[in-house]
Amino acid sequence: MSLSITQLAQALRERKTSATELTRQALAAAKNRADLNALITLDETGALAAAERADTALKKSPASALAGIPFAHKDIFCTNGLRTTCASRMLDNFVPPYDATVVDKLAAAQAVAIGKANMDEFAMGSSNENSFYGPVKNPWDTARVPGGSSGGSAALVAAGIVPFATGTDTGGSIRQPAAFCGITGLKPTYGRVSRFGMIAFASSLDTASVLARSAEDCAQVLAAMAGHDGRDATSADRAVDDYLAALAKPLQGLRIGVAREYFGAGIDAGVGAAVQAALKQYEKLGATLVDVSLPNAALAIPAYYVIAPAEASSNLARYDGVRYGYAAKEPKSLEDLYTRTRAEGFGAEVKRRILVGTYALSAGYYDAYYLRAQRVRRLIANDFAEAFKTVDLIAGPTTPTVAFKLGEKNSDPLAMYAEDVNTVAVNLAGLPAISLPAGFSEKLPVGLQLIAPAFEEARLLNAAHQFQLASDWHAHKPEGVA
Amino acid sequence: MSNYGAWQPVIGLEIHAQLSTQSKLFSGASTAYGAEPNTHTGPVDIALPGTLPVPNRAALDKAIRFGLAIDARIASHSVFARKNYFYPDLPKGYQISQYELPVVAEGKLAVRLDDGRTIEVAIERAHLEEDAGKSLHEEFHGATGIDLNRAGTPLLEIVSKPVLYSAAEAVAYMRTVHTLVRWLGVCDGNMQEGSFRCDANVSVRPVSSEKLGTRTEIKNVNSFRFVEKAIEYEIERQIRALENGEKIVQETRLYDPARHQTRPMRGKEDANDYRYFPDPDLPPLAVTADDIAAVRATMPELPEARRTRYIDALGLPDIDAAQLCADRATADYFEAVLATLPGEAKLAAETLNTQGAVHPDAKLVANWTLGEVSAALNEAALPIEESRVLAPALAQLLARVREGVISGKIAKDVFAAMWAGEGDADAVIEKRGLKQISDSGALAAAIDAVLAEYPTQLADFRGGNEKLLQFFVGQVMKRTRGQANPQQLNALLREKLK
Amino acid sequence: MSIDAATVRHIARLARLAVGENELAPIAGELSRVLDLADQLGAAQIDGVAPLAHPHEQTLAWRPDAVTEPDLADAFLALAPDARGGLYLVPKVLE
Repeated sequence: MSLSITQLAQALRERKTSATELTRQALAAAKNRADLNALITLDETGALAAAERADTALKKSPASALAGIPFAHKDIFCTNGLRTTCASRMLDNFVPPYDATVVDKLAAAQAVAIGKANMDEFAMGSSNENSFYGPVKNPWDTARVPGGSSGGSAALVAAGIVPFATGTDTGGSIRQPAAFCGITGLKPTYGRVSRFGMIAFASSLDTASVLARSAEDCAQVLAAMAGHDGRDATSADRAVDDYLAALAKPLQGLRIGVAREYFGAGIDAGVGAAVQAALKQYEKLGATLVDVSLPNAALAIPAYYVIAPAEASSNLARYDGVRYGYAAKEPKSLEDLYTRTRAEGFGAEVKRRILVGTYALSAGYYDAYYLRAQRVRRLIANDFAEAFKTVDLIAGPTTPTVAFKLGEKNSDPLAMYAEDVNTVAVNLAGLPAISLPAGFSEKLPVGLQLIAPAFEEARLLNAAHQFQLASDWHAHKPEGVA
Repeated sequence: MSNYGAWQPVIGLEIHAQLSTQSKLFSGASTAYGAEPNTHTGPVDIALPGTLPVPNRAALDKAIRFGLAIDARIASHSVFARKNYFYPDLPKGYQISQYELPVVAEGKLAVRLDDGRTIEVAIERAHLEEDAGKSLHEEFHGATGIDLNRAGTPLLEIVSKPVLYSAAEAVAYMRTVHTLVRWLGVCDGNMQEGSFRCDANVSVRPVSSEKLGTRTEIKNVNSFRFVEKAIEYEIERQIRALENGEKIVQETRLYDPARHQTRPMRGKEDANDYRYFPDPDLPPLAVTADDIAAVRATMPELPEARRTRYIDALGLPDIDAAQLCADRATADYFEAVLATLPGEAKLAAETLNTQGAVHPDAKLVANWTLGEVSAALNEAALPIEESRVLAPALAQLLARVREGVISGKIAKDVFAAMWAGEGDADAVIEKRGLKQISDSGALAAAIDAVLAEYPTQLADFRGGNEKLLQFFVGQVMKRTRGQANPQQLNALLREKLK
Repeated sequence: MSIDAATVRHIARLARLAVGENELAPIAGELSRVLDLADQLGAAQIDGVAPLAHPHEQTLAWRPDAVTEPDLADAFLALAPDARGGLYLVPKVLE
């Protein structure tokens, strides 16, 4: 299924195919690529029922642009009646009695969810090696990671199983897997998409959005997902821009800031070269490259790895074996119920972050860690604000390396955290950003990241789309994918 | 002024008032009391993964209302913070409360003590937070059952400064806050249902000392009487310990009403590290001058002001004014009767008269409100809002007394009949023929009949036994079924007895 | 920042995570390294800089006071590992 959403929608409108047919193809492809381990739950019954409903809707015009399009939800979005695990043993048996807002919205658009995508447990990770259900493989090289935490979502799209998948981005978890898998991943402005029903990791950083094969496809899906939600008090009460209409604007006069801190020592030479070449392409399209600096960039990882675990330690306190989810067997006391449930239910990385976060908030350390990190956060946000006075977008490599091998970094948490060096600052500042395929290094995809000011998703999608009209990196597929 | 010799007790109270909203603080689940367990919960209240808090406007308005009533500063910017700890009745593993920046701060409340003094109690802060669920320890063997109906109910936590110096002061303050929150319609104050709970922080120090002693916290004492007893016990316990050379352990204690003593709570963390931080799911609360003005416009006259008005403008004695103003519905009822009572001296309820005025009907209405009406309500276990004799109806009855149509004594029978649903005052008087007999001819006839019936007593009286006057009065009253106009009867009887 | 086994025990207690005695040292080592990362924040110039708790200037939006949740008690209790008689059960807690 290599057609874009727009092309698929046209084929559906012209009755060249049906929702049921597309869904069957997606289900078959998913089963065929079970080796990728990209799905935790495949929902054949639900998908075919939804496809039937979509086919009915398609007979009445005009149907929504996403009607009948198969996709997958990252298994972090609560789906009513369908198991939602967050890739954790803690929620292995959890069937939510309600739908997330994102789930509601895409269902209302008649898109057809085929199942729940694998991910890093509780969205904590950069390689999708932290899942209770085993790691996800990168379709470009199954000995390598797809990136994380939305690794399953990225693999499904890169392998051509579905044209899009939902994901979440707290420190780079959409952009980084998009870069590793050669697809397009959009992180929206904080508050642009509702978090209601999205299992929380770090509340002031979490965002929900989409991974797809092109910026145009991302625009289609974001249009359906975005908007104010009264059930999320941090949801932005702000009209949704017409992302599709904005795609066509020519790039003449666009000022792209090239942040020198994003091309630091840790960036792989091949990655840097591919990104620089892509930026030259932008110049050809009429953009101007401007040197900018983000002086506090080096503090982003330390700040993130204090704030995110701190918020997570509190958000994950509800997993206690009492009202739902995993519970330790034959607890001898309340304390035993709590401590064993949580020790057995959570994986190692989750526990590590809970401990770090608890420490950062604890008496005597709150000022030195959590409070200090929040103040550094403001410095980082100010850096972006300052830079955006002279440029419209800021560019750099999404990741310092191409996809690394399974097992290569997961014995050293800090090595793993360093993968996020170019992505976390964006979450700290609450800004939107996109990763688009920009070339290859060692035959593996390289992602270019573009960052925009708050609520300028239209500008991002436009810049990415125009690049994708003039290049074909995004059209490359892994070997064996149609 | 301490009753404890060389020691001065120092007490601060933390009162948790459940705000009388329809729905919970952060979810649309019902706050109604008494439902089947776990039926008043939504996904947010049981902390399902992915759920988020959305705050209830009415809870904010009630907090502002209380703040205005205690002359406090309403923060234009305040923050919800997470208080993190593990307990089964706390579904999220944290309570959403307020920490560094509460919505209300620095207020004060005038408290009248039984000995006639008035103290001004400084209130440190009042903040919004959510209530926890309930743990039921008796239902299952070896297990504790959790009911989350109460989890998420809005609370206003009202914290006094440690400026109460005796159990009596503490209880008087607690009563005053209780009256006030009910008065404002902010909390129903139902202590049996747990709508109004009190924790007391108690310490003692040498009288001369400025420094505060180590304090203990007595939790969840839920009646005025128990608060007083618990504090008294705790003060004495601490003094005894200190005089024995022991140190006071900072701990949480429970009051045992059966043994009349406090004891340490088992199983609760003594020094919990709550790791407070601003709740990332909730942006800061902004309260504007317009918000405050909107609430201020709906504020009622406060109990103290009303009590003063009853004394100064209506000439009521302090004790009557206090009782009427213990409850806003009672005061409203009283004023409604007074306003409806026809007659020369009718005063509009809200107008303040000159100092030292006396409203001629005020005492009558007060007596009846605090007497007959109150007794009837108590017997029927009804609140005054559900009185079977409404204010206009009582006004009509009292008007007939004023007009001399019936005596005060007969009026009580009429009231009972009205309460039983027999109709309004005029209807009952008519139906039962209770009109006072003031006609001198009828009275004379009754008197003559009585005097004829009791010649011995008549002779006795004329012989000097003055006490027999009451006997004759009683007999005439009996003969006239209580309807003889007492004043006229007296006058006429004296005439005839000469 | 170097932390010791006793600190790990304390933090694990606060977080209600059972940690075996022989795990304390390795975890202490891991956490120390992460906190070393966090200690890099010490270099930041934060004088006069207020914390940024929410990325955008936002104030709280309120909802009207209305009961909107239906009674889903059965569905919710069915999710629980141990619920009986309409109550969530935990091992007995003493007060």
